[in-house]
Amino acid sequence: MPKTLYDKLWESHVVHTEADGTALLYIDRHLIHEVTSPQAFEGLKLAGRKPWRTSSIVATADHNTPTTHWERGIEDPVSRQQVETLDANIREVGALAYFPFKDKRQGIVHVVGPENGATLPGMTVVCGDSHTSTHGAFACLAHGIGTSEVEHVLATQCLLQKKSRSMLVRVEGPLGRGVTAKDIVLALIGRIGTAGGTGYAIEFAGSAIRALSMEGRMTICNMAIEAGARVGFVAVDDTTIAYLKGRDFAPRGEDWERAIACWRTLVSDSDARFDAVVDLDASGIVPQVTWGTSPEMVAGIDGAVPAPEDFQDPVKREGVERALQYMGLTPRTPIGQIRIDKVFIGSCTNSRIEDLRDAATVVRGRHIAANVKLALVVPGSGLVKSQAEAEGLDRIFTAAGFEWRQPGCSMCLAMNDDRLNPGERCASTSNRNFEGRQGAGGRTHLVSPAMAAAAAIAGHFVDVRQLA
Amino acid sequence: MKPFTLHDGLVAPLDRSNVDTDAIIPKQFLKSIKRSGFGPNAFDEWRYMDQGEPGMDNSLRPKNPNFVLNQDRYQGASILLVRQNFGCGSSREHAPWALEDFGFRTIIGESFADIFFNNCFKNGLLPIVLPKAEMDALFGLTEHSPGFRLKVDLPAQLVMRPDGHAIPFEVDAFRKECLVNGWDDIGLTLRHADKIREYEANRRAGQPWLFA
Repeated sequence: MPKTLYDKLWESHVVHTEADGTALLYIDRHLIHEVTSPQAFEGLKLAGRKPWRTSSIVATADHNTPTTHWERGIEDPVSRQQVETLDANIREVGALAYFPFKDKRQGIVHVVGPENGATLPGMTVVCGDSHTSTHGAFACLAHGIGTSEVEHVLATQCLLQKKSRSMLVRVEGPLGRGVTAKDIVLALIGRIGTAGGTGYAIEFAGSAIRALSMEGRMTICNMAIEAGARVGFVAVDDTTIAYLKGRDFAPRGEDWERAIACWRTLVSDSDARFDAVVDLDASGIVPQVTWGTSPEMVAGIDGAVPAPEDFQDPVKREGVERALQYMGLTPRTPIGQIRIDKVFIGSCTNSRIEDLRDAATVVRGRHIAANVKLALVVPGSGLVKSQAEAEGLDRIFTAAGFEWRQPGCSMCLAMNDDRLNPGERCASTSNRNFEGRQGAGGRTHLVSPAMAAAAAIAGHFVDVRQLA
Repeated sequence: MKPFTLHDGLVAPLDRSNVDTDAIIPKQFLKSIKRSGFGPNAFDEWRYMDQGEPGMDNSLRPKNPNFVLNQDRYQGASILLVRQNFGCGSSREHAPWALEDFGFRTIIGESFADIFFNNCFKNGLLPIVLPKAEMDALFGLTEHSPGFRLKVDLPAQLVMRPDGHAIPFEVDAFRKECLVNGWDDIGLTLRHADKIREYEANRRAGQPWLFA
């Protein structure tokens, strides 16, 4: 019987199946950060259990770490305790790799794993973080788990799972100039909604996906969770293999050849059947900007803020009303007239080298608008940062009035000092525009790096295709 | 884990869709390295008028009178009614910890986000999916009958209204068994330790680079 990539990934990891179909899946890679792991390590200890296979662990501190004044350490005592707890836990149990605060390879866990070659095709990858779907770009079965499951994986190297239904998202055709992976995924979420993928594993395919770099594919898989799907993935092709070659934890020599042969099978069979199929025309996608408090509340840059009466369903209508009130927006306002206070370029969605290059291309030779109080560039990792500096991108940003920061999750979720004040409006390359996400009362508009850069220059949202 | 069999409790309504886990427990409270004590900060931004920070005495903070869970009639509620896609967003298990610590034992809604749904079962919190028509009726009854209660019978898979109407619900057999018995998942999985070791040995032999 023909198989989907999801079938192949699933079946190759089943250790045991219960009568109702609940499966025990083997976990190849366990990514760990400071926020969702302390209770798991504590639980393990209290139960007198030992970690099953610590060579599966790659850990880093990212959520709480400051992006300025590293010489002062972590000043918030509660954050510091959490990061020190991770240090102590990893020191005690060990790991394949640990990139602690200030390490030159430290960074956002979903940037660090792939760039070090620790995310390899065909793996199951888990992390106590919903954006673990990012690693699906490498044809991994990768998803976020809760802290109880972090403990479960530590103790057993397995996870109890029910198989999801399969969804194929086919994006065909050429992307327009200035239109990026971020715009594809925002347009998809606008189409199917934030619960459209709930209960599904999404395979992203089609000529527009194949034409993307690994960075672009990671951006799309990263936001599968924003469409409700815990996992999103892309089949292996030459782009995947070329990206991995020579990376630290990638196989070498004879193993490399054997691995490639294995990885080449990680594609859906041509006649495989999916439970649902969604088709998107890439050439019809324009740069996207969210206007509400859910990623599905999104419009093209040529569009306008909708009115509650545009929506039939009363629960949805009320949701839109509440969102517009929170966002301080009037129905029918053209997206291009929304003025911003802050800009954030970063996060596990858009902080990789290609993202920074995209933004720098827009910024070069220009300056941020007078009404923009703060424009931050937060590279995804120390390696991204040094690469960008080698290319001179940092100087382009700082000359334009941006702040060039140390790596971390930063203002995506505002656990450190990088945050919005109440009422402030931000053009952000992150993944969630929820109420309070970037700081209590803060107003987030999700966009691509190029669109965030363009908004910084103009002081309001603007079509990057007209700026360039 | 606390077993869940029968539960009879006061019902509170949260009549909105897409309630995300950032709303259920804001990020500043995730800095804790404990599993308990999140209840006073559940729905913090909706519940209080000021900005909450860890370490505050929550009893002294001004409450938002417009937030439904602050109304007198819903104090002591242990059953929460919700709409679609409840618990979307971040995988933080602090969300079910906060709801459980607040006093909820079951959450009844039209749909739940996958990770949140899964996390609930690990904490003795039962998420129940019911059709929209049943939810509309439950929201109506809760609003119009002060002190409205429901009985939830997990072994029989029924939500029972005081008027005798019993609503069946689905739950995976394995999850149900674990919850009814309060079983520790890890203990159960370790019964298969030999199978895990065997799988691991085969995988290591076939794809050694995964174990580098």
